Amino acid sequence: MHRTYVKVLEGVLDANATIAEANREDFERAGVTVVNLMSAPGAGKTTLLERALRDLPGVRVGVLEGDVSTSLDGDRIASLHVPVVQINTEPGFGGECHLDANMVRSAIPSLPLDELDLLVIENVGNLVCPAEFRVGEHVRAMVCSVTEGEDKPLKYPLMFRACDFVIVNKIDLLPHLDFDLERLLANIEAVHPGVGIVLASAKTGEGIDTWRDWLLGVSAGRVWRDGARHVGAMGAAMQ
Amino acid sequence: MHELSLSSAIVETVVRHADGHRVTSVNLRIGTLRQVVPASLEFYFDVVSRETVCEGARLDYELVPARVGCSHCGNEWQLEVPLFVCPECAGSDVRVVGGDEFEIDSIVIEEEEACTAPT
Repeated sequence: MHRTYVKVLEGVLDANATIAEANREDFERAGVTVVNLMSAPGAGKTTLLERALRDLPGVRVGVLEGDVSTSLDGDRIASLHVPVVQINTEPGFGGECHLDANMVRSAIPSLPLDELDLLVIENVGNLVCPAEFRVGEHVRAMVCSVTEGEDKPLKYPLMFRACDFVIVNKIDLLPHLDFDLERLLANIEAVHPGVGIVLASAKTGEGIDTWRDWLLGVSAGRVWRDGARHVGAMGAAMQ
Repeated sequence: MHELSLSSAIVETVVRHADGHRVTSVNLRIGTLRQVVPASLEFYFDVVSRETVCEGARLDYELVPARVGCSHCGNEWQLEVPLFVCPECAGSDVRVVGGDEFEIDSIVIEEEEACTAPT
Protein backbone atom coordinates (compact mmCIF):
# COMPACT_ATOMS: atom_id res chain seq x y z
CA MET A 1 0.00 0.00 0.00
CA HIS A 2 1.28 3.44 -0.73
CA ARG A 3 -0.26 6.84 -0.51
CA THR A 4 -0.88 8.97 -3.55
CA TYR A 5 -1.60 12.67 -3.63
CA VAL A 6 -4.40 13.55 -6.06
CA LYS A 7 -5.01 17.15 -7.09
CA VAL A 8 -8.74 17.94 -7.18
CA LEU A 9 -9.16 21.73 -7.39
CA GLU A 10 -12.95 21.69 -7.46
CA GLY A 11 -15.19 24.18 -5.72
CA VAL A 12 -17.42 22.55 -3.14
CA LEU A 13 -20.40 24.36 -4.61
CA ASP A 14 -19.42 23.69 -8.24
CA ALA A 15 -22.25 21.18 -8.65
CA ASN A 16 -24.75 23.84 -7.62
CA ALA A 17 -23.12 26.35 -9.96
CA THR A 18 -23.46 23.94 -12.88
CA ILE A 19 -27.17 23.47 -12.25
CA ALA A 20 -27.61 27.22 -11.77
CA GLU A 21 -26.03 27.74 -15.19
CA ALA A 22 -28.48 25.24 -16.72
CA ASN A 23 -31.38 27.09 -15.07
CA ARG A 24 -30.09 30.37 -16.42
CA GLU A 25 -29.92 28.94 -19.93
CA ASP A 26 -33.54 27.78 -19.66
CA PHE A 27 -34.61 31.22 -18.45
CA GLU A 28 -32.75 33.00 -21.24
CA ARG A 29 -34.07 30.65 -23.89
CA ALA A 30 -37.58 31.64 -22.77
CA GLY A 31 -36.66 35.33 -22.61
CA VAL A 32 -37.28 35.60 -18.86
CA THR A 33 -35.26 37.85 -16.54
CA VAL A 34 -34.96 36.44 -13.05
CA VAL A 35 -34.67 38.22 -9.71
CA ASN A 36 -33.61 36.38 -6.54
CA LEU A 37 -35.26 38.22 -3.62
CA MET A 38 -33.74 37.55 -0.20
CA SER A 39 -33.95 38.81 3.37
CA ALA A 40 -34.16 37.75 6.98
CA PRO A 41 -37.48 36.13 7.93
CA GLY A 42 -40.24 38.70 8.36
CA ALA A 43 -38.51 41.63 6.65
CA GLY A 44 -41.42 42.03 4.24
CA LYS A 45 -40.48 40.27 0.98
CA THR A 46 -43.97 38.91 0.27
CA THR A 47 -45.73 42.15 1.19
CA LEU A 48 -43.38 44.18 -1.00
CA LEU A 49 -44.08 41.77 -3.85
CA GLU A 50 -47.81 42.10 -3.29
CA ARG A 51 -47.47 45.87 -3.56
CA ALA A 52 -45.26 45.90 -6.66
CA LEU A 53 -46.89 43.10 -8.65
CA ARG A 54 -50.26 44.80 -8.64
CA ASP A 55 -48.99 47.27 -11.20
CA LEU A 56 -46.17 46.26 -13.53
CA PRO A 57 -47.31 47.66 -16.85
CA GLY A 58 -46.34 45.67 -19.89
CA VAL A 59 -44.50 43.00 -17.92
CA ARG A 60 -45.76 39.47 -17.52
CA VAL A 61 -44.47 38.43 -14.11
CA GLY A 62 -44.39 35.09 -12.31
CA VAL A 63 -43.20 34.14 -8.83
CA LEU A 64 -41.38 31.15 -7.43
CA GLU A 65 -42.02 31.03 -3.67
CA GLY A 66 -39.50 29.32 -1.41
CA ASP A 67 -40.35 28.40 2.17
CA VAL A 68 -39.42 25.57 4.48
CA SER A 69 -43.09 24.68 4.76
CA THR A 70 -46.65 25.87 4.00
CA SER A 71 -48.00 27.54 0.91
CA LEU A 72 -49.05 30.67 2.81
CA ASP A 73 -46.88 33.01 0.74
CA GLY A 74 -47.71 31.25 -2.51
CA ASP A 75 -51.41 31.62 -1.75
CA ARG A 76 -51.03 35.35 -1.17
CA ILE A 77 -49.34 35.82 -4.55
CA ALA A 78 -51.86 33.55 -6.27
CA SER A 79 -54.68 35.81 -5.10
CA LEU A 80 -53.15 38.56 -7.26
CA HIS A 81 -53.71 36.31 -10.30
CA VAL A 82 -49.97 36.11 -10.85
CA PRO A 83 -48.61 32.68 -11.88
CA VAL A 84 -46.89 31.27 -8.81
CA VAL A 85 -45.21 28.00 -7.89
CA GLN A 86 -44.46 27.18 -4.25
CA ILE A 87 -41.36 25.20 -3.33
CA ASN A 88 -41.22 23.76 0.17
CA THR A 89 -37.74 22.67 1.20
CA GLU A 90 -39.05 20.41 3.94
CA PRO A 91 -40.46 17.45 2.04
CA GLY A 92 -37.86 15.65 0.01
CA PHE A 93 -35.11 18.20 0.46
CA GLY A 94 -34.58 17.79 4.19
CA GLY A 95 -35.83 21.18 5.30
CA GLU A 96 -33.09 23.29 3.79
CA CYS A 97 -32.84 26.87 4.95
CA HIS A 98 -32.32 28.24 1.45
CA LEU A 99 -33.22 27.53 -2.14
CA ASP A 100 -30.52 25.93 -4.22
CA ALA A 101 -30.22 25.49 -7.97
CA ASN A 102 -31.51 21.93 -7.86
CA MET A 103 -34.72 22.93 -6.08
CA VAL A 104 -35.34 25.74 -8.54
CA ARG A 105 -34.63 23.36 -11.44
CA SER A 106 -37.26 20.97 -10.09
CA ALA A 107 -39.84 23.77 -10.24
CA ILE A 108 -39.04 24.98 -13.77
CA PRO A 109 -41.37 22.51 -15.54
CA SER A 110 -44.28 23.93 -13.52
CA LEU A 111 -43.56 27.52 -14.52
CA PRO A 112 -45.16 28.98 -17.68
CA LEU A 113 -41.80 30.47 -18.74
CA ASP A 114 -42.90 31.13 -22.33
CA GLU A 115 -45.66 33.36 -20.98
CA LEU A 116 -43.42 35.39 -18.68
CA ASP A 117 -41.02 38.32 -19.02
CA LEU A 118 -39.96 38.48 -15.38
CA LEU A 119 -39.65 35.82 -12.68
CA VAL A 120 -39.16 36.77 -9.05
CA ILE A 121 -37.80 33.98 -6.87
CA GLU A 122 -38.71 34.76 -3.27
CA ASN A 123 -36.09 32.88 -1.32
CA VAL A 124 -36.40 31.35 2.14
CA GLY A 125 -36.04 33.98 4.86
CA ASN A 126 -32.38 33.72 5.86
CA LEU A 127 -29.52 36.22 5.72
CA VAL A 128 -26.76 33.61 5.61
CA CYS A 129 -27.16 30.70 3.24
CA PRO A 130 -29.11 32.04 0.25
CA ALA A 131 -26.20 34.38 -0.54
CA GLU A 132 -24.01 31.31 -1.16
CA PHE A 133 -26.28 29.53 -3.62
CA ARG A 134 -26.80 30.86 -7.11
CA VAL A 135 -30.00 29.49 -8.58
CA GLY A 136 -29.76 30.85 -12.12
CA GLU A 137 -30.89 34.40 -11.43
CA HIS A 138 -29.77 37.50 -13.33
CA VAL A 139 -29.90 39.89 -10.39
CA ARG A 140 -30.36 39.75 -6.65
CA ALA A 141 -32.26 42.09 -4.35
CA MET A 142 -32.63 42.03 -0.61
CA VAL A 143 -34.96 43.52 1.95
CA CYS A 144 -33.60 44.91 5.21
CA SER A 145 -36.23 46.24 7.61
CA VAL A 146 -35.60 49.01 10.10
CA THR A 147 -36.65 46.71 12.93
CA GLU A 148 -33.53 44.59 12.37
CA GLY A 149 -30.98 47.01 13.72
CA GLU A 150 -28.32 49.22 12.17
CA ASP A 151 -25.55 46.60 12.39
CA LYS A 152 -27.03 44.03 10.03
CA PRO A 153 -24.71 44.91 7.11
CA LEU A 154 -21.63 44.46 9.31
CA LYS A 155 -22.87 41.13 10.60
CA TYR A 156 -23.91 39.75 7.22
CA PRO A 157 -21.57 41.37 4.71
CA LEU A 158 -21.81 38.50 2.23
CA MET A 159 -25.55 38.97 1.77
CA PHE A 160 -25.31 42.74 1.44
CA ARG A 161 -22.46 42.41 -1.06
CA ALA A 162 -24.20 39.68 -3.04
CA CYS A 163 -27.16 41.92 -3.83
CA ASP A 164 -27.60 44.56 -6.52
CA PHE A 165 -30.38 46.39 -4.72
CA VAL A 166 -31.39 46.87 -1.10
CA ILE A 167 -34.92 47.77 -0.03
CA VAL A 168 -34.94 49.28 3.44
CA ASN A 169 -38.47 48.44 4.52
CA LYS A 170 -40.90 49.41 7.30
CA ILE A 171 -39.79 53.06 7.41
CA ASP A 172 -43.31 53.90 8.60
CA LEU A 173 -42.19 52.54 11.98
CA LEU A 174 -39.26 54.97 12.35
CA PRO A 175 -41.10 57.39 14.70
CA HIS A 176 -41.62 54.47 17.12
CA LEU A 177 -38.05 53.12 17.09
CA ASP A 178 -34.70 54.11 18.53
CA PHE A 179 -33.16 53.45 15.16
CA ASP A 180 -30.35 55.39 13.49
CA LEU A 181 -31.23 55.25 9.80
CA GLU A 182 -28.15 57.18 8.73
CA ARG A 183 -25.97 54.64 10.54
CA LEU A 184 -27.68 51.78 8.70
CA LEU A 185 -27.15 53.55 5.36
CA ALA A 186 -23.50 54.25 6.23
CA ASN A 187 -22.99 50.59 7.15
CA ILE A 188 -24.56 49.44 3.87
CA GLU A 189 -22.30 51.85 1.99
CA ALA A 190 -19.22 50.62 3.87
CA VAL A 191 -19.94 46.98 3.07
CA HIS A 192 -21.18 47.46 -0.49
CA PRO A 193 -20.20 50.89 -1.78
CA GLY A 194 -22.55 52.23 -4.41
CA VAL A 195 -25.27 49.61 -4.09
CA GLY A 196 -28.74 50.84 -5.04
CA ILE A 197 -30.94 51.50 -2.02
CA VAL A 198 -34.56 52.51 -1.66
CA LEU A 199 -36.27 53.52 1.58
CA ALA A 200 -39.73 52.01 1.53
CA SER A 201 -42.82 51.08 3.42
CA ALA A 202 -44.92 48.26 2.07
CA LYS A 203 -47.60 49.51 4.46
CA THR A 204 -47.86 53.13 3.36
CA GLY A 205 -46.60 52.71 -0.22
CA GLU A 206 -43.56 54.96 0.15
CA GLY A 207 -40.73 53.94 -2.12
CA ILE A 208 -42.87 51.32 -3.87
CA ASP A 209 -42.71 53.26 -7.15
CA THR A 210 -38.93 53.07 -7.04
CA TRP A 211 -39.01 49.35 -6.21
CA ARG A 212 -41.44 48.84 -9.07
CA ASP A 213 -39.24 50.92 -11.43
CA TRP A 214 -36.27 48.76 -10.50
CA LEU A 215 -38.21 45.60 -11.39
CA LEU A 216 -39.31 47.16 -14.68
CA GLY A 217 -35.71 48.16 -15.38
CA VAL A 218 -34.45 44.66 -14.63
CA SER A 219 -37.12 43.19 -16.89
CA ALA A 220 -36.05 45.52 -19.70
CA GLY A 221 -32.46 44.34 -19.30
CA ARG A 222 -31.26 47.34 -17.32
CA VAL A 223 -29.68 46.45 -14.01
CA TRP A 224 -29.62 49.23 -11.52
CA ARG A 225 -26.02 49.26 -10.46
CA ASP A 226 -25.33 52.96 -10.65
CA GLY A 227 -25.60 53.34 -6.91
CA ALA A 228 -28.49 55.74 -7.26
CA ARG A 229 -30.00 56.12 -3.84
CA HIS A 230 -33.61 56.98 -3.66
CA VAL A 231 -34.63 58.39 -0.37
CA GLY A 232 -38.37 58.11 0.07
CA ALA A 233 -40.34 60.87 1.71
CA MET A 234 -38.26 60.46 4.84
CA GLY A 235 -39.24 63.79 6.27
CA ALA A 236 -42.86 62.69 6.39
CA ALA A 237 -41.96 59.30 7.86
CA MET A 238 -39.96 60.84 10.72
CA GLN A 239 -42.74 63.17 11.89
CA MET B 1 -24.20 27.28 7.89
CA HIS B 2 -25.72 23.98 6.64
CA GLU B 3 -22.45 22.07 6.94
CA LEU B 4 -24.36 18.84 6.43
CA SER B 5 -25.13 19.53 2.77
CA LEU B 6 -21.65 20.96 2.24
CA SER B 7 -20.13 17.75 3.65
CA SER B 8 -22.31 15.69 1.31
CA ALA B 9 -21.04 17.72 -1.62
CA ILE B 10 -17.45 17.17 -0.48
CA VAL B 11 -17.90 13.42 -0.09
CA GLU B 12 -19.53 13.16 -3.53
CA THR B 13 -16.67 15.00 -5.24
CA VAL B 14 -13.97 13.11 -3.33
CA VAL B 15 -15.51 9.70 -4.05
CA ARG B 16 -15.45 10.57 -7.74
CA HIS B 17 -11.77 11.49 -7.65
CA ALA B 18 -10.78 8.59 -5.41
CA ASP B 19 -11.78 6.11 -8.09
CA GLY B 20 -12.50 3.33 -5.61
CA HIS B 21 -9.39 3.84 -3.45
CA ARG B 22 -9.57 4.48 0.28
CA VAL B 23 -9.13 8.14 1.13
CA THR B 24 -6.87 9.05 4.04
CA SER B 25 -7.18 12.81 3.91
CA VAL B 26 -9.12 15.58 2.19
CA ASN B 27 -7.47 18.99 1.91
CA LEU B 28 -9.76 21.99 1.72
CA ARG B 29 -9.16 25.69 1.18
CA ILE B 30 -11.74 27.73 3.04
CA GLY B 31 -11.81 31.50 2.61
CA THR B 32 -12.73 33.43 5.73
CA LEU B 33 -15.39 35.30 3.77
CA ARG B 34 -17.31 32.07 3.26
CA GLN B 35 -19.75 31.31 6.01
CA VAL B 36 -18.35 27.91 6.88
CA VAL B 37 -17.72 26.61 10.39
CA PRO B 38 -14.81 24.14 10.05
CA ALA B 39 -15.62 22.25 13.27
CA SER B 40 -19.18 21.65 12.06
CA LEU B 41 -17.86 20.57 8.70
CA GLU B 42 -15.58 18.00 10.35
CA PHE B 43 -18.44 16.69 12.44
CA TYR B 44 -20.79 16.22 9.50
CA PHE B 45 -18.05 14.90 7.25
CA ASP B 46 -17.52 12.06 9.74
CA VAL B 47 -21.22 11.28 9.57
CA VAL B 48 -21.70 11.55 5.82
CA SER B 49 -18.52 9.68 4.89
CA ARG B 50 -19.57 6.45 6.65
CA GLU B 51 -19.69 3.46 4.32
CA THR B 52 -17.91 5.38 1.58
CA VAL B 53 -14.23 5.34 0.64
CA CYS B 54 -13.97 8.56 2.67
CA GLU B 55 -14.78 6.85 5.95
CA GLY B 56 -12.07 7.59 8.46
CA ALA B 57 -10.42 10.21 6.27
CA ARG B 58 -9.01 13.28 7.98
CA LEU B 59 -10.41 16.64 6.90
CA ASP B 60 -7.56 19.15 6.70
CA TYR B 61 -8.16 22.76 5.81
CA GLU B 62 -6.25 25.90 5.05
CA LEU B 63 -8.04 29.05 6.12
CA VAL B 64 -7.46 31.72 3.48
CA PRO B 65 -7.58 35.28 4.83
CA ALA B 66 -9.84 37.80 3.13
CA ARG B 67 -7.87 40.16 0.90
CA VAL B 68 -9.29 43.10 -0.96
CA GLY B 69 -7.76 45.20 -3.75
CA CYS B 70 -8.49 48.79 -4.74
CA SER B 71 -9.04 49.28 -8.48
CA HIS B 72 -8.22 52.97 -8.13
CA CYS B 73 -4.80 53.01 -6.44
CA GLY B 74 -3.84 49.33 -6.59
CA ASN B 75 -3.57 48.98 -2.82
CA GLU B 76 -4.25 45.51 -1.43
CA TRP B 77 -5.03 44.79 2.18
CA GLN B 78 -6.20 42.05 4.49
CA LEU B 79 -9.77 42.57 5.58
CA GLU B 80 -10.12 42.53 9.36
CA VAL B 81 -13.56 44.18 9.47
CA PRO B 82 -16.14 44.16 6.66
CA LEU B 83 -15.35 47.65 5.36
CA PHE B 84 -14.89 47.63 1.62
CA VAL B 85 -13.40 51.08 1.24
CA CYS B 86 -9.69 51.59 0.45
CA PRO B 87 -7.75 52.69 3.54
CA GLU B 88 -5.23 54.45 1.31
CA CYS B 89 -7.34 56.49 -1.12
CA ALA B 90 -10.88 55.99 0.29
CA GLY B 91 -11.87 54.58 -3.09
CA SER B 92 -14.94 52.36 -3.17
CA ASP B 93 -14.18 50.44 -6.37
CA VAL B 94 -12.74 47.46 -4.56
CA ARG B 95 -12.71 43.80 -5.39
CA VAL B 96 -12.16 40.66 -3.36
CA VAL B 97 -8.86 39.05 -4.37
CA GLY B 98 -8.78 36.30 -1.76
CA GLY B 99 -10.81 34.76 1.01
CA ASP B 100 -13.86 33.66 -0.96
CA GLU B 101 -12.54 30.24 -1.88
CA PHE B 102 -14.27 27.08 -0.79
CA GLU B 103 -12.64 24.26 -2.63
CA ILE B 104 -11.26 20.78 -2.38
CA ASP B 105 -7.61 21.29 -3.17
CA SER B 106 -6.47 17.68 -3.08
CA ILE B 107 -6.92 14.28 -1.50
CA VAL B 108 -4.57 11.52 -0.41
CA ILE B 109 -5.57 7.99 -1.36
CA GLU B 110 -4.17 4.53 -0.62
CA GLU B 111 -3.20 2.46 -3.61
CA GLU B 112 -2.09 -1.14 -3.80
CA GLU B 113 1.57 -1.58 -4.74
CA ALA B 114 1.75 -2.63 -8.39
CA CYS B 115 2.85 -6.25 -8.76
CA THR B 116 5.67 -6.31 -11.33
CA ALA B 117 7.21 -9.68 -10.56
CA PRO B 118 6.24 -12.38 -13.04
CA THR B 119 4.02 -15.09 -11.53
